[in-house]
Amino acid sequence: MEELDGEPAVTVIPGVNSKKNQMCFDWGPGEMLVCETSFSKKEKSEMVPSCPFIYIIRKDVDVYSQILRKLFNESHGIFLGLQRIDEELTGKSRKSQLVRVSKNYRSVIRACMEEMHQVAIAAKDPASGRQFSSQVSILSAMELIWNLCEILFIEVAPAGHLLLHLLDWVRLHVCEVDSLSADVLGSENPSNHGSFWNLVTILVLQGRLDEARQMLSKEADASPASAGICRIMGDLMRTMPILSPGNTQTLTELELKWQHWHEECERYLQDSTFATNPHLESLLKIMLGDEAALLEQKELLSNWYHFLVTRLLYSNPTVKPIDLHYYAQSSLDLFLGGESSPEPLDNILLAAFEFDIHQVIKECSIALSNWWFVAHLTDLLDHCKLLQSHNLYFGSNMREFLLLEYASGLFAHPSLWQLGVDYFDYCPKLGRVSLELHIERIPLNTEQKALKVLRICEQRQMTEQVRSICKILAMKAVRNNRLGSALSWSIRAKDAAFATLVSDRFLRDYCERGCFSDLDLIDNLGPAMMLSDRLTFLGKYREFHHMYGEKRFADAASLLLSLMTSRIAPRSFWMTLLTDALPLLEQKQVIFSAEQTYELMQCLEDLTSRRPVRGESDIQQLQDEDIETTKVEMLRLALARNLARAIIREGSLEGS
Amino acid sequence: MEEIYAKFVSQKISKTRWRPLPPGSLQTAETFATGSWDNEENYVSLWSIGDFGNLDSDGGFEGDHQLLCDIRHHGDVMDLQFFDQERIVTASSTGCVTVFLHHPNNQTLSVNQQWTTAHYHAGPGSPSYSSAPCTGVVCNNPEIVTVGEDGRINLFRADHKEAVRTIDNADSSTLHSVTFLRTPEILTVNSIGQLKIWDFRQQGNEPSQILSLTGDRVPLHCVDRHPNQQHVVATGGQDGMLSIWDVRQGTMPVSLLKAHEAEMWEVHFHPSNPDHLFTCSEDGSLWHWDASTDVPEKSSLFHQGGRSSTFLSHSISNQANVHQSVISSWLSTDPAKDRIEITSLLPSRSLSVNSLDVLGPCLVCGTDAEAIYVTRHLFS
Repeated sequence: MEELDGEPAVTVIPGVNSKKNQMCFDWGPGEMLVCETSFSKKEKSEMVPSCPFIYIIRKDVDVYSQILRKLFNESHGIFLGLQRIDEELTGKSRKSQLVRVSKNYRSVIRACMEEMHQVAIAAKDPASGRQFSSQVSILSAMELIWNLCEILFIEVAPAGHLLLHLLDWVRLHVCEVDSLSADVLGSENPSNHGSFWNLVTILVLQGRLDEARQMLSKEADASPASAGICRIMGDLMRTMPILSPGNTQTLTELELKWQHWHEECERYLQDSTFATNPHLESLLKIMLGDEAALLEQKELLSNWYHFLVTRLLYSNPTVKPIDLHYYAQSSLDLFLGGESSPEPLDNILLAAFEFDIHQVIKECSIALSNWWFVAHLTDLLDHCKLLQSHNLYFGSNMREFLLLEYASGLFAHPSLWQLGVDYFDYCPKLGRVSLELHIERIPLNTEQKALKVLRICEQRQMTEQVRSICKILAMKAVRNNRLGSALSWSIRAKDAAFATLVSDRFLRDYCERGCFSDLDLIDNLGPAMMLSDRLTFLGKYREFHHMYGEKRFADAASLLLSLMTSRIAPRSFWMTLLTDALPLLEQKQVIFSAEQTYELMQCLEDLTSRRPVRGESDIQQLQDEDIETTKVEMLRLALARNLARAIIREGSLEGS
Repeated sequence: MEEIYAKFVSQKISKTRWRPLPPGSLQTAETFATGSWDNEENYVSLWSIGDFGNLDSDGGFEGDHQLLCDIRHHGDVMDLQFFDQERIVTASSTGCVTVFLHHPNNQTLSVNQQWTTAHYHAGPGSPSYSSAPCTGVVCNNPEIVTVGEDGRINLFRADHKEAVRTIDNADSSTLHSVTFLRTPEILTVNSIGQLKIWDFRQQGNEPSQILSLTGDRVPLHCVDRHPNQQHVVATGGQDGMLSIWDVRQGTMPVSLLKAHEAEMWEVHFHPSNPDHLFTCSEDGSLWHWDASTDVPEKSSLFHQGGRSSTFLSHSISNQANVHQSVISSWLSTDPAKDRIEITSLLPSRSLSVNSLDVLGPCLVCGTDAEAIYVTRHLFS
């Protein structure tokens, strides 16, 4: 076992007094049952009245969120698309496919976040409003982490381009600036607005220099005194060399140009050109990458990773991916300044900057309340072939382990189980076993649901589960006295034993009532009749009735006889069959030939000779036996008479 | 078929139905109802695809459907039909049949009428009842016919408290779906591949006619009648096969068309353009079948996104019908002459498409992936 990564969180169950009483629990898939026992902790003999409830403790609570359900359903489609990406694809086309998938995942997270935000605003009571807001911040953190992982692990941007991606990342997640900008520009005199310089500073911090220049030109228009230095600042902003995506210049060229520009800025600082305007002077210091000046804007930067990116932008724009972790760690330290300790999110981002994927996933698993994020992210990174070598001590790799956890959570939910099936499908080692275990435990309240479950099992050749589900349905039908339905289900399951049982019920009902129910089914058995001997008999016996009804006596007679001689008919039913033969024996014309009559007699003798002799018998039994004896005597008489007639007829035919 | 809008609704959708348009109206459909299944709480919901324009607060774009109102439904919604403009009839997995009334003024739904134990199992020898799921309902104002897993057929009238007519043990297996053939005749399909015609004028519990698939007894899940030619009936089966029947003749289907890879849950003729047919399936696909004869380039078998079907025809009818003025394109069984063009309407398939409905140029369908898809330009 690996050591623990910190103390597990304590979950307090309201109403359960664990101090006084001992608790008991039982594991389930994705959930746990907990209840108080009646044993007190201190003295074993004393019985303390305990809490009368059994609690269900769920691990993956997010599965039960109405809004997150959309996330699960929509991402399920993306997940399937990802699994179908051709393994043959390599190089650029594969990478662009994977980036597209990653963006799709993120857009689903964002859509969910926006809806959650709407709900949080519309929430009537503050408690649920807070709950939704905290969900929004969790989703936002998820998107932030995912986006960074996308840049670092999937895009694998080279030096130069890396910073452009990081800038986009920061701009996307620190987006208060847009509302501020609208606010300032909407006012009558923008340059006199209280937040004017804040806005310009934020624009510079985010590297949006074009917008910053436009703002400065407004200031220049408003106060002619500072117009000159504003123009100089504007020129500095305009001339800052940046790597544009379409540009073909080399990294060395860029570095050279940047160095010149940097020196130019330095000169302006030494000349104290902007000394008259403290705002512009601080902007210049920021553009020189001055750490102290940057840290003065802590409020506007709002977090350390913004600080990191701005610092890189103005001090080392062509930073290499491998150097990132150094800057990240020092930025975090500088930003927090020993005042506060890093939060889980900080640790996750730091691990990402260190390119430690496993640490990212581990921290996320601990920090987040759902498996969705880690399962999907790990799966995507696995498709980028970044996780190959990592095997866990319990037999499957990390991707599979996380997918299994996530899918099990879905199966614990009363209606998301269908999504879980596809996730199990893509777990090569333990997926199938898990599916087999879970699928049998889905409650089947309607046949339609059962059909859906059956389809899942049949598509995957899970014959054992198909059999068991059909048997459950067949049993249910028998209990509800729906014999036709029961028979259909046992035919579908190819369950011979159960088909025999149901056929027996049909035959018993027939003996009691003298007519068959569910003829529409029995008369249309077709090849399914061959499933069990008893079912064959049932079908054939119905055929006999048909023939008899159509007055095809000879056919009916030979069928009846063959049912007995071939031993398809259960012995308990022979007496009924022989009784059925009575009217045929009594017909005017001779139907049973002499030979057939001998066989019938043989059957009758077989039946009577093997009858068990009972010691004690009550009146009812005596009466029954009485009837039986009369029947046998009637049969003997009819058989004898038929035999006589048959011999005469056969003899006379031969003679003529 | 670019303009198909998807919306995830956090509940598995079992049924979708357009609200019928008032007679003589020139509007296009804009309201539909959905029912959910397999949730802890199930709902009947009404949605509008009407233009909200700028009033739309949460950034929804044109064509996106908005929830008008919903109401809790006890048990899974197994089937759902509009009784008239305001009333919706639902079949529940609890065996209950409910009529909901929509109040357009304050956009609410309320229970108007309920038959709680319409479908039930009578236990062996005991008087105790256990409910049986009601699987299908069909309305023809003022009559409502329901069928269930108990093999029972009920005939209700909207203004009667009790069932007008009940046929117990009408079927030994589960009845999956029901439709009106011509009043007072109905048509049911069951789980052993039979199509039965019942005439309410006849007493007793025997069907007036039984048609069946031969041999395999493949369960039939859905049935729809041609809107103009009442003898033409389409059914969909467990193997995804589409069968076309002529109930006037023969006891076997006129043609069997290989279609989906899993259960076909619903089949619908287009109500005003019946050469078009729509089917949806457990395999997650939604198909548009076009058998109209005036399609240009009829010879091209494949067009974009489409596939041509394999005919397994049982030539029974055809020749006799040639001289009739109107021949249904669905009954002609010459595979070389009349290809049916099939177009798949959903972009990527995943979980089951449980239900669909068409009205004019509009189509709505609902899936187990908790999405509702709507398009308003079917024939563009």
